[in-house]
Amino acid sequence: MNWIEVAALLFPAGYSITERDNFLSGSARVGEFDVAVVGTTEHAPIGVEIALAQAKFILQTVREHPGRPILILVDTQGQRLRHRDEMLGINSYMAHLGKCVDLARRSGHKIIGLVYDQALSGGFITSGLMADACYALPDATIRVMGLPAMARITKVPEERLIELAASNPVFAPGPENYARMGGIEAIWQGDLGASLAKALQDAPQADSRSALGQARGGRKLAQSVIDAILAGRNVLAP
Amino acid sequence: MSSYLELTARERLARLFDTGSFEEFLPPAARVISPHLAQLDAPVSFDDGVAVGRAVLDGVPVFCAAQEGGFMGGAVGEVHGAKLTGMLRRAVAERASAVVLLLESGGVRLHEANAGLIAVSEVMRAVLDTRAAGIPVVALVGGSNGCFGGMGIVARCANAVVMSEEGRLAMSGPEVIETASGVEEFDSRDRALVWRTTGGKHRYLMGDCQFIAADDVARFRQGAVDAIAASRTAGVELSLAALETEQSLLGERIARFGECTDPLDTWTALGIADAKAVPMMDADSFAATAATHRLGGPQ
Repeated sequence: MNWIEVAALLFPAGYSITERDNFLSGSARVGEFDVAVVGTTEHAPIGVEIALAQAKFILQTVREHPGRPILILVDTQGQRLRHRDEMLGINSYMAHLGKCVDLARRSGHKIIGLVYDQALSGGFITSGLMADACYALPDATIRVMGLPAMARITKVPEERLIELAASNPVFAPGPENYARMGGIEAIWQGDLGASLAKALQDAPQADSRSALGQARGGRKLAQSVIDAILAGRNVLAP
Repeated sequence: MSSYLELTARERLARLFDTGSFEEFLPPAARVISPHLAQLDAPVSFDDGVAVGRAVLDGVPVFCAAQEGGFMGGAVGEVHGAKLTGMLRRAVAERASAVVLLLESGGVRLHEANAGLIAVSEVMRAVLDTRAAGIPVVALVGGSNGCFGGMGIVARCANAVVMSEEGRLAMSGPEVIETASGVEEFDSRDRALVWRTTGGKHRYLMGDCQFIAADDVARFRQGAVDAIAASRTAGVELSLAALETEQSLLGERIARFGECTDPLDTWTALGIADAKAVPMMDADSFAATAATHRLGGPQ
């Protein structure tokens, strides 16, 4: 689905969102609230400019519309793979975006992420994954890297990875696997507008993804390790 | 003098902090290993490539972590990430004085890709939670594997970064860029170009790291002490004003240097008379040259 189709389903009460160089920004009506909308489209590679554009919009929202909820629409092929971006310090631009999302949360803005098309590694980690909760549409693709590239780097045969991906959420792309590991709160089906309204109502303040991953069986150890360190003891047998 | 670069994570912890002060949480004896590596017939490590705990730095108790580049390049998997997150949360719970992160990592561990990606984002949020609690977080980057991917982002979520010239801080590794965009985009075998682009000197001149140190444990120790003090002065917590300042600094950086094709051009544009001499300068003469030319470091 392209963002215009998604927006029509998310915001039946109306929206005003502009697209410029794959950067989306604007506002929409959700129930009785105005919601700030920011994100990317066309599988945008996230370079320094588009990371900074998103950060600017979020800072403006914090300054000019205190408390207004923020929806981050995610569609990215990951960070832009250019020498120029690295020379300019793209990791600092990504971190800046993440810090702006974090500031907004601490300033009283509820922040929801929605992967409506594609989410990859560096483009995702400072956008949707920084939200209070991140959701996905059923057809979304979420991954760190394709299995062929992963096979090259890990030196594990691709056939073996494909086989493992069928049963283990740790390799396979797709929103269900991220949901099992707690990275995706839920996959939205049916009335998207109602789902968004509910998500804004439920948005958690604290990061509870490791607990969610444990409850859903996708990440069996993360929460136990965190608990053990907090309690100053060893990891308890499950 | 003792090279920081050449030490293991545990040797760094032993020598950087006050003698005998490091106390580890979930030490190797606890045998907490990755639940994902065995099925790939990949080796496991009893610390999953990171040691976390508390120590004393110059008489002050701090919380700390050190990633081990010798195990899968310091890459972050489910357990590795959870150890970092757990340590940071405990630092908040126990109102730590500061947190010192000895980072050396290729980023997300691809063998447990999806779990690693979520884990790195949990570390990012935990670092920012720590800052929000008024506890300064400083990152040291000087290992031979550099600090890349998600950990390159985590480093810049800290209050300050201390680097050596030999340290490298970036997002995508040169090999990844070369594979995706061609050798003419980034020749990963051109080591001089790789260091000019990702090394400590360039990052210091651009303001991406706030302290530059010679490759020596004692210098990194002093850098950590100085960085913690500077973080308190600048303000530990994120603020709208500080992020608006960072926004304009990062915008100006693109405007000033966006047309440059080589870091040498950016150094010349900063007013350094003999930019070509920069890679050859020792740490102290570089710091002296940089002092009058470097950009104000966004926090």
